[in-house]
Parts: sequence; C-alpha cells; structure tokens
Amino acid sequence: MPLVLNEEQRLLKDTAKDFLNKTVPVEALRQLRDSKDALGYKAEHWQNMSELGWASMIIPEAYDGLDFSFLGLGAVLEESGRTLAASPLFASVVLGASAIIIGGNETQKATLLPQIASGNLRFALALDESAHHNPDDINCTATATETGYKLNGSKTFVLDGHSADQLIVVARSQPQGSGRDGLSLFIVDASTAGIERKRHYMLDSRNAASIQFNDVHVSREALLGDAGHGWSILDNVLDRGRICLAAEMLGGALECFERTVSYLKERDQFGVKIGTFQALQHRAAIMFTELELAKSVVLDGLSAIDENRTDLAQLASLAKARLNDVFELVTNEAVQMHGGIGVTDELDIGLFLKRSRVANQIFGNSSFHRDRYASLCGY
Amino acid sequence: MSDLDDFRASVKAWLQDNCPVSQRQPITREEQVWGGRNMSFPSADAKLWFERMRDKGWTVPEWPCELGGGGLNEREAKILKEEMKALGCRTPLYDLGIWMLGPAVLEYGSEDQRRQHIPKIARGEVRWCQGYSEPGAGSDLASLQTRAEDCGDHFLVNGSKIWTTNADKADWIFCLVRTDPDAKKQEGISFLLIDMDQPGVTAKPIPLISGDSEFCQTFFDDVKVPKSNLIGELNKGWSVAKSLLKHERKLMAEIGGDTPGPSFSPVQAALKYVGLDAEGKLKDRGLREQLVAHEMRFRALGLTHFRSFEERMHGNTDNSIPLIMKYVGTEETKRKEEVLMAILGNRALGWDDPEFSDDELLSNRGWLFSKALSIAGGTSEVQLNIIAKRVLGLPV
Repeated sequence: MPLVLNEEQRLLKDTAKDFLNKTVPVEALRQLRDSKDALGYKAEHWQNMSELGWASMIIPEAYDGLDFSFLGLGAVLEESGRTLAASPLFASVVLGASAIIIGGNETQKATLLPQIASGNLRFALALDESAHHNPDDINCTATATETGYKLNGSKTFVLDGHSADQLIVVARSQPQGSGRDGLSLFIVDASTAGIERKRHYMLDSRNAASIQFNDVHVSREALLGDAGHGWSILDNVLDRGRICLAAEMLGGALECFERTVSYLKERDQFGVKIGTFQALQHRAAIMFTELELAKSVVLDGLSAIDENRTDLAQLASLAKARLNDVFELVTNEAVQMHGGIGVTDELDIGLFLKRSRVANQIFGNSSFHRDRYASLCGY
Repeated sequence: MSDLDDFRASVKAWLQDNCPVSQRQPITREEQVWGGRNMSFPSADAKLWFERMRDKGWTVPEWPCELGGGGLNEREAKILKEEMKALGCRTPLYDLGIWMLGPAVLEYGSEDQRRQHIPKIARGEVRWCQGYSEPGAGSDLASLQTRAEDCGDHFLVNGSKIWTTNADKADWIFCLVRTDPDAKKQEGISFLLIDMDQPGVTAKPIPLISGDSEFCQTFFDDVKVPKSNLIGELNKGWSVAKSLLKHERKLMAEIGGDTPGPSFSPVQAALKYVGLDAEGKLKDRGLREQLVAHEMRFRALGLTHFRSFEERMHGNTDNSIPLIMKYVGTEETKRKEEVLMAILGNRALGWDDPEFSDDELLSNRGWLFSKALSIAGGTSEVQLNIIAKRVLGLPV
C-alpha cells in the first residue's frame, strides 16, 4: 500500500496544480455562478483537461486510455478541490468509466471507453431517489419487454445529469427482489424518448438534476452486467467514487486551512497578530493533525482501488466519513477565524464551506459510513 | 526475490526456531523483562528468549554490531518488528536505555561514553531511568533547579526530580541539571548521567490513581558525579534533551499498543458485553457509534504511522508527522479506554475484587493509567503549542 506518491505521480500533481491555478482558479467558479451558466462548467476547460489526459487516466490502454492509476487521478482531484474546479471529471470518468470497466461487456467497453477517454462522451450516474443516500432502496423499475426493458421512476441529485450524453440508471428489474437483490444497471442515451431532465442550481454553484423516466424503452444491449445482479458493480463503483470524492475534499480542506493559517499570520487585533492567541493556535494545530490523518486514509483508499484490495469497502467508508468530518470542521473553523470577513461573499472561504456540505451528501454522510463500516467489521 | 524478501524469510525462520512458544503469548506487566543489576526472569523460557535475542544484537536491532546491537538498517529493523508481531513474539527486554538514553549517547556521547554505556544497555546490564521534571518544573521544564556545582574533578548535585519512572528499581539516571544559574533558562542546563547506587540518592514511589506507583520522586543530597558523566557540552544539555524527548514522544505515541491491558480488543469486548441484535448490529446504538468512531480514527492513525515511515524511506525530511503523533496517539488511547469502560458497563467497575475477571479489573486500571499519557513527556497542550509554532509557523 504505497502511501507516498512516486515521481511520475508527483509530476502529474504539479502539472495539474499549475494548470488549475492558471486556467480554472476559484474565480472560474464565481463566473459560472454569476452567469448562471447553462452547462455548469466551461467546455473549453474540459477540453483542456482531456488533453492533459485526465479523462483517460484510469481507462485501460486497450481502450485508448493511459491506464495510469487512481493514485494519479486522486492527486489531480485533490488539486481540483483546491480551486473548486467544476468539470465532468467525477461524474463521467470516476463513475461512468468505472462502471463500464467493472461491469461492461467487450462491446460496451470498446465503443464507450475510448469516447470517455477523449472527453467527447459524458456520463452521469442516476442512482439516488430520496433526500438521503440509500443505494439499495431503489423504486425505479425496469420491466422486461420483447426487445429489452422499459424504465419507470424518478431520480434525484444526479451530478452533471442535465448535461450528460449517457446515463447509467439503477433500476429494479425483479419486482419480487428487495434491497440489494434484483437491481440492474442500464446504459441509456440521455435523449431517449420518455426521459425528462431538470437541472438544479446547487449551494456550491455546481449542478445536479432530477430525472423522470416515463416508459423509457431500452434494448437488451443497454444492460450493464447481468440482470438482477447490478449491486456488486454498483457497490464497487460507489466505493471508487467515495474515495475519489474524498481526495477532492482533501484538496478543498487543505486549501481552506492554509488560507486560514495565512490569515492568522496577517491580521492584527489588540496590537498583535491574531495567530499569537493560544485559543486559535490550538484549534489550528488540531486541524493540522486531522488533515494529516485525512491524507493517510485518502492515499490508502486510492491504493486499495489500484490494488483491487478486499478491504476496499472499509477504506471507502473510512475515507468518506473522515473527509466529511474534517472538511466540515475546517470550513467552519475557517469562517470563524476569519471573523466578519469570513461571512462575506467577497472572500472565497464561503465557497469552500458550501462545497463541503454538498460533497458531504454525495454517496453517504458520516453516519451512513460509520454504520456501514461497523457492519463491515461485524458489529 | 529481493534482498529484503530474503532477509524477511531468514528472520522469520530464525524467530520460529528460536522464540519459545511460551514467549509468543500476550505479555502481562509482571512478565516484562527489565534489565539491571537485579535482573530477574519470570520463567526459564523468558531468560532463554532474552539471551538468544541479546546474542543476536536484536534487543537493539538498529545499533552498531560492535556495541552490542544488530546493525540493521531502518527497513530491516521494521521487518524484524513486523515478523515478531506476526508471530506474537514478546519484547525480550524493556528499558529506558534502549528507547531514550541509548539513541542520545550514540548521537551526542564521546567514543569512551559509547563504549562505557551502549553495550551494557544492549545486554540489559544496567536499568536506566529519566530525571527531567521537578516539583516546580513540569511543562515549563527549562525552569528546572536541580543544581550541579563544578567542584574541579566532579560535580556536586543537589535537588530533586519527579515522575522518575521506576527510579526505585533503576541503577542509573540520566538527568537535566543546572550548571550555570546565571545564564538564561535553557542555556545553563547540562545533561548528566548519575549512578544511583551511592549515598545521597533516594527514590520514593508515588501512589497513583491507577493503584500503581511506578512514578517516583528522586532526591539528590550532595551527590558526587564524575565530570566524565557529562553528555555533550557543558551548558548545552537542552539540545540533548530535546533530541531525547523526540524519542520519548515517539514511544508515547506507540505506547497504546504495548501497554498491558485487558486481553480483548474493544470490538471483542463489545460483542461479549453488549451483543448483537437481529440486524447484526450492537444492541446499544450509541455505544456502537462511539466504538466505530474510535476504530476508524485508530485505523487512520495506524496508516499515518505507516505513511510517516514511508516518507522517511523516500528521503522526505520535511516530514512533520512525528510532531503530531504524541498528541494524536495518546488522545486516541484515552478515547479507547473510555469506550472500553463504557462497553464493559458495571463489569468495568470492580477494584481488587476476585468476583471480577482479570480483564475486567485491568480495564479500569488501564483507563486510569491512560490519563497520564497526555501529561507525561509533554502535555497535549504543549504538543499543540509545538505544532502551532514549529509546523504552522504561527507567531509567538
């Protein structure tokens, strides 16, 4: 379990940092927000990212990918968390490509993966149906027809769902099944008749869609994996997503923390720098220790994906729960330590605060993951 | 197979051949082997195991062979540790000389001092204790008052040290003493080794809340100490002390794993004392939440230890992890003891009463013992000060 980056991965991280600072700084997110951008990210930026190889990083070479590693992709995501960069990287590559790599047949891989790798085809995962993440509580149905399946139901909180070209839809194909049994995954063209998509503007200036499926007919070939056995694919995809999201959250938390420490060294009150106050020093030091632990769980989680380890599920819950908590702590403290200016829109800290709460809800909050971790450990 | 794989295989084979089966069981406090003039062994196997490890130099694997050590590099030493852990091998010898004084003598001592002290530590011939804190100098260690007066060929030492762990059983003590009362706080301090088997040195155990009394107060009344016992330069003892504190803090960060306590883990205890419901979850959901929060932090901590090691192996000198581990490790151990107490419920509350099992009795002793962890070796608050200043660069 490598817990440090190798030379190549470090180089990749530095390149990503340079690119993001220059091209997709926090200001870029403000522009998307203020212009109520329809796409939710800049097409040009996604083009740049794809050219840098980000979209192809985890895709096998046989399908035009770089087959680099999740440790590498995690390093990029961490940097993108530092500038709150909006892009389809998470939805399309981490989730979409992973689902096809894990569950897809040869035809699906050969036709879809090269297009994801080039950045030309964008995916989204249509999973959640209620206010909370409950991946095995699925009411969307897939009814067998003569030529394939008919999908009905509604999805919510679908990240980048309004702009995706293709959707991976989780539906119940065996009505008698419950929980994890009888779920199937389908690859569905987003323009298929019967699909209604509604884009929502979110707290963090990004987007998520509500999607309605009304008698959406798909062919048998749309099935990803075996009918009724979608859970194992989904579970694995979600774990990759949780760990990668934790990497992004780590970047956001580190950036927010570093900006706060700088402020403590700059701001004068009572005739001294506020960083001389022990009340603030200790809280800053505690945040530092939390962030060091957070780095370790993220790196080990990414390694667990690369090494296909059997404890992946535990690591995913460990990483997501810890980063939920740490990102929340750091953003709250950052606002408080900045004082009055911390609650102004002018300062970027508020944008990190908002992102932390959205990221927190994606694929499980801390209580979801503590419960899951305990169950995985037999208690 | 790489050289390290070969090494691992040979270590494993040697341990299997040489570690008596009785020495592969979890150790109790009574069974620990401490060195010194009055060294004793709880069993013939413990003696055999100690002697075999000593002869191999593996009581101190990373020290030079010619001084009684094993001559291993850091990676090899880690492999030895891992293989010992995998087989359940007990630590063959316990001593502050191994963990703290030895590394300082190797770094700061003269050639003569190394030859005088290092082999005796490696062979368990001398038991060491530490004299740092004083009744009036705890967190503010640099205000210490124990005086070592220059009397030509020797120092004359007067004063007292407190929290001198196992001083009543030790042969020698390494001390911080004031050699220049006029200099600024940190600048008049020297690092001195004192033979405790002489008139004027007395050690009195202090009864603790845990019922133990391993901490002592040690008094020095006109104690003569040869000049050759000074480690490092006169009045420069503070830098020796700081380097040594690093070793102590590292040890304290790891101590949770090595402290004798109940034989069950918190999870095993929870299964036994709380039990599962039909869903396979602990019946008390609040306790389950506390337990899993601890377990997850504990795992993150283990991974961070490992990451720190890897960083060092990759030559990353800008590694601030060691500075946080004392704080994080001891605070988490305290949390673990709290969780364990809660899990045992009223079965954790017996005191010196045979109606309770040994594990049950140990649980509250361990809990009480853990309270000292975030005080000894630099309080948690001092550790946070260090992180704030040294790592974050916050202004004074």
